Amino acid sequence: MNLTRRTLLAGSAALAAPAIARAQSPSGPIRIGEINSYTAIPAFTLPYRNGWQLAVEQVNAAGGVLGRKLEVISRDDAGRPQDAVRIAGELLNEEKVDLLAGGFLSNVGLAISDFALQNKRLYVAGEPLTDALVWQKGHRYCFRLRPSTYMQAAILVEDAAKLPAKRWVSVAPNYEYGTSTVKWFRQLLAQRRPDVSFVAEQLPALGKIDAGATVAALEAAKPEAILNVTFGPDLTNFVRQGNTRGLFEGRSVVSVLTGEPEYLDALGDETPPGWLVTGYPVDSVRDAANTAFIAAYKAKFNEMPKMGSVVGHALISSIVAGIIKAHGTDTETLCDALPGTAFDTPFGRVVWRAIDHQSTLGTYVGRTALKDGRGTMVDWRYVNGATVLPGDDVVRKLRPA
Amino acid sequence: MDAILIQLLTGLAGASSLFLVAAGLTVIFGVTRVVNFAHGSLFMLGAYIAWSILVHLPRAPGWHAAGVLLAALATAGIGALLEIGLLRRLYRAPELLQLLATFGVLLVVQDLTLLLWGPNDLALPRPSWLRGSVAIAGARFPAYDLLLIGIGPLVLAALWLLFSRTRWGTLVRAATQDREMVAALGVDQSVLFTTVFALGAGLAGLGGALALPDGSANLQMDLTVITDAFVVVVVGGMGSLPGAYLAALLIALLQAFGVMLLPNATLVLMFVVMAAVLAVRPHGLLGRALAPARGEAQATALIRPASPALRGLGLAVLALAMAAPFLAGPFVLSVLTEALVAMLFAASLHAMMGPGGMASFGHAAWFGIGAYAAALAAKGLLMPMPVGLLLGPLLAGAAALAFGWFVVRLSGVYLAMLTLAFAQIVWAVAFQSDLTGGDNGVLGIWPDAWAQDPRVFYALALVLCAGGTLGLRRVLFSPFGYALRAARDAPARAEAIGLWPARLRLAAFALAGAAAGLAGAVGTYSKGSVFPTTISISRSVDALLMVLLGGVQTMSGPIVGALAYTGLYDVLIRATDLWRLCLGLIIIALVLAFPQGIAGAAARDRTA
Repeated sequence: MNLTRRTLLAGSAALAAPAIARAQSPSGPIRIGEINSYTAIPAFTLPYRNGWQLAVEQVNAAGGVLGRKLEVISRDDAGRPQDAVRIAGELLNEEKVDLLAGGFLSNVGLAISDFALQNKRLYVAGEPLTDALVWQKGHRYCFRLRPSTYMQAAILVEDAAKLPAKRWVSVAPNYEYGTSTVKWFRQLLAQRRPDVSFVAEQLPALGKIDAGATVAALEAAKPEAILNVTFGPDLTNFVRQGNTRGLFEGRSVVSVLTGEPEYLDALGDETPPGWLVTGYPVDSVRDAANTAFIAAYKAKFNEMPKMGSVVGHALISSIVAGIIKAHGTDTETLCDALPGTAFDTPFGRVVWRAIDHQSTLGTYVGRTALKDGRGTMVDWRYVNGATVLPGDDVVRKLRPA
Repeated sequence: MDAILIQLLTGLAGASSLFLVAAGLTVIFGVTRVVNFAHGSLFMLGAYIAWSILVHLPRAPGWHAAGVLLAALATAGIGALLEIGLLRRLYRAPELLQLLATFGVLLVVQDLTLLLWGPNDLALPRPSWLRGSVAIAGARFPAYDLLLIGIGPLVLAALWLLFSRTRWGTLVRAATQDREMVAALGVDQSVLFTTVFALGAGLAGLGGALALPDGSANLQMDLTVITDAFVVVVVGGMGSLPGAYLAALLIALLQAFGVMLLPNATLVLMFVVMAAVLAVRPHGLLGRALAPARGEAQATALIRPASPALRGLGLAVLALAMAAPFLAGPFVLSVLTEALVAMLFAASLHAMMGPGGMASFGHAAWFGIGAYAAALAAKGLLMPMPVGLLLGPLLAGAAALAFGWFVVRLSGVYLAMLTLAFAQIVWAVAFQSDLTGGDNGVLGIWPDAWAQDPRVFYALALVLCAGGTLGLRRVLFSPFGYALRAARDAPARAEAIGLWPARLRLAAFALAGAAAGLAGAVGTYSKGSVFPTTISISRSVDALLMVLLGGVQTMSGPIVGALAYTGLYDVLIRATDLWRLCLGLIIIALVLAFPQGIAGAAARDRTA
C-alpha cells in the first residue's frame, strides 16, 4: 500500500496538508460516474476496469479522499455514442455522481464531452485518442488522460526521422484514428525529412482487413519503410501475411501502439523483431512506480497489467488529485483546480495542462523483439507527453474554445 | 504483371474463404428459408473450438486437418441442437421471425464466448508448414493460401455431389421446391431440416477453423463475418451454391484489385457490387424466383380498426404519457423521449414491412439522413430547431423516393438486402465525408433555448413522435392503406382493378422514409450529437427487432415492440454485465411464447 500513500501525498502537492485537515464533512462517498465499452471491446476495457478498481481500493484503504469514501458507478455503453449520452444522463440525474469519466472509442468520448459541456459537468476522458477531444472540440469541462493521436505520431517521428528510408507506405484502419495518425505522422516527418515521400496507402475497414491483398499491394509499391496503424485482430492478420510473404524483411517498420501488451501478446512467436513501436514494456520496466503498480496489480488479479490497466489506474489518481486540490467536488471549482494539477501514475508524475486540458502522460517507445517465443519491447525509453506536444501558439490556434 | 498475378491468386484465396463463410448460410436458407443471423456466431464458435482443440494436438498437417474437421463436427452438433431446440418451433411463424430468434442466439453466444474463452484474441501459433511460402512470379506466396484456393472448389464439388447424387440430397432439393408435397409423400421433414441446419452450421464452423491460421479467434468475428456472408449469398442468388462461389469470386477479386486502385473504397466496395448486381438481376447471379412455400403464405387476417377496449387502453397510455412531465425527473423523461423516437422509427418500418410487405435491413439509412439533415441545418446553416425538424423528414423522404425506385421492383430478402446496401453506402458517405465530420460526427446540436427544459422537449417529442405514429396509422387505414395491402396480398388482382402496385409500394417506401427521418431529427436534438453509428447495421437491426417483437401484422405491434425493446435494453444494460446474455434469452423466450409478436398474441387471444 506504499503506492497509495505516495499517490495521495504527492498528488495533493503543497495543498495536501491543509486540504486533509479541512476535510471535516464526511458527507457520504464521492461518486464517479464511469462509462466504457465493456462488452464491445473487452480485450482493452477489462484490464482497464481492473486498473481503476485497484486504484479505488488503494485510495479507500488509505482513508479515502478528503475523509470521504471513493465510489465508482460503472456502466457499459455497448460501443454506441447515443447510449453513452443516455447513460451519462442517468449517472448525473439518478445516481447523482459528482463527475463523469471513462470512454474508449473516440466518438463515445466526443458524445459524452458534448453532453458534459451542455450540462456544465466535468468529464475526464481516459482512453479516447482523437485530437478533437481537447483541440477542435475542446472546452472547459473536458479533460483527456491518454497521449493523443498527435502525440503517438510525434513520439514515433523522433526516431523515424533518423531512419535512412525515403520511400514510405502506410497501412491504417479506415476511420478517424487511422487516417488522423497517418496525417500527423506524414506532416511531422516531412518537416524533419523533406526528402521523404509516401508512395502508397492502404486503408482497410476496421476489423475486416483483407490482409493478403493489403500486403501484396504494399509490396508492389517497393517501399523502404512502412508505417502501420492497425491493431487488434487486423494487426495479427497483417503480421502473419506479412511474415509469410516477406514484406517486413530488409524494411524499417514504424508501428503505433503495437508494443502495448493488449496487441503484442496476440502476436506471440510471430512478433516481427526490430519494429519501432509505442507501447508498455511491462516485463522489463524496473523503476519504483511501475514495480509497485505491477506488484499490486498481480497480487489482486493474478496477471500482468496491460496498457489499459495503467490508464484506468491513472484516471482515478488524476481525479483524486483534482478533488483534493479543489477541496471538494463542486464542478466549477474542480474545473478551475484541475489545470496544472500534478498526480502520480505508474509511468511517473503527470500534469493536467492548463492550455488544452491534455495530460502529460507519455508512453514508451522502443523496438520489438522475440524472447522465449513471446513478443517484448527492448531498447525502450519513456517519452514524457509534455515534450512532444506542439507549442502554445499552435495549440491556441487548434483549440478555439 | 507479376503484381497482377499475385493479386489474382490472393483474390482466389479470398474467394475460397468467403465461399466457406457463405455456403452454410445459403444451404440453410435454400431449404428452411431461415434467415440465420447467428451464422456468424457459428463461424466464431468454429474458430474458438478449433483453437481449443488444435493447441492440444501435435502440429503435423494430418493432426491439424483432423482438428479442423473435429471443430466443424462440433459446430454442426451445436447447429443441430439449435434447430431442434429453437428453430423447429418457428417454421410456421411469420416470415423473418426466425431472424429475431437467431438474433437472440447471437447475443447469447457473444457473452458465452467471452465467459468461456476470455476477452483476449486467441492466435494459434503456426507451425513452420503453415508459415511456408511458394515462389511465384518472383514473390513469396503463402502455401496455406494455395491450399485455400483448392479447398473452396473442393467443398463446392463435395456439396454438389451430396445434393445431386444422394437420396438425402434429392429429398432436400424436393423440400426446397415444395415442402408440403414432400411431407405428403411421407418424408420426415424434421429430420431433413435438422440435418440441413447441422450441415450449414458445420460449414460455418469449417470456415472459422480454416480462417484460424491466418489470424486469431476473436470476439468481433461474428459480426464481421455475418454481413459478408449475407452479401455473398444474396449476390449469388439465395440457395444457389455455384452462385455463392461465383459471387465470392467476383467480390474477392474486386477487393484484391480494389485495394490497389482505390484504397479508400474498402468500406463500401462489397455493397456497391451488391447494389449493382441486384439492379440488373433482382434474384442474384444464379438465383431463381422462389415459389411461395404453400405452408407459410397464409392469407393474413384483415386488419380492423381498434376495438373500443383497445382504443380506451391507447388513450389511457397517451394520457399517462402526457402527464409524465409532471411526474418524472429529467432522466426518466430522456428515456421516455428515446422510447418515443424508437416508437416512430419502428412504426415507420412497420408501415412498409407489414401492410407494404417490404422488409428492410437498412431502415437506419432514413433515420440517419433525417438525423444528419437536422444536424447540418443546425451547425452548417445555423438554422433554428424547427427548420431542422422539418428538413429531416423532407430530405429522408426525398432520398427514400429516389432509392425506392430501384428497391420496390424486388421482393423478400433481396429487397431487404438492397436496402442494406443503400444504407451502407449512406453510412460510408457519412463516415468519410468532411461535411458530416467523418466518424467524429456532428456535435453541439441541442434544442433551441425555449425547448431546452427536458419537460418541454419531451412534450415536443411526444407531439411529433406520437403524432407521426398516429398519422401513419391513419394513412394505413385510408383507402391508400387498403390498396397497399391489396398490392401485397394479390398484386395481379390489384392491378386488374386498376391499382398500380409499384407506385403504391414506392409511395409507402417514401412515406416510411420520411417518418424515419422525423424520428432521426428528433433523436438528434435529444442526444446533442450525431455519428455514423446512427446509420449502422445494428441500428437497422434494432428497428427490425422492435417490429418483429411487437408483431408485424398488427397495427399496435411496433408501438408495443419499441417500448418493450428499449425498456428491456435500458434496464438490462444498467443492471448487469451479462446484459447481452439476458436480452438474448428473453428475446428467445418471447419468440417461443409469442410467435406472432407480443401485440399479435394479445390480438389472437382476444379473437379466440
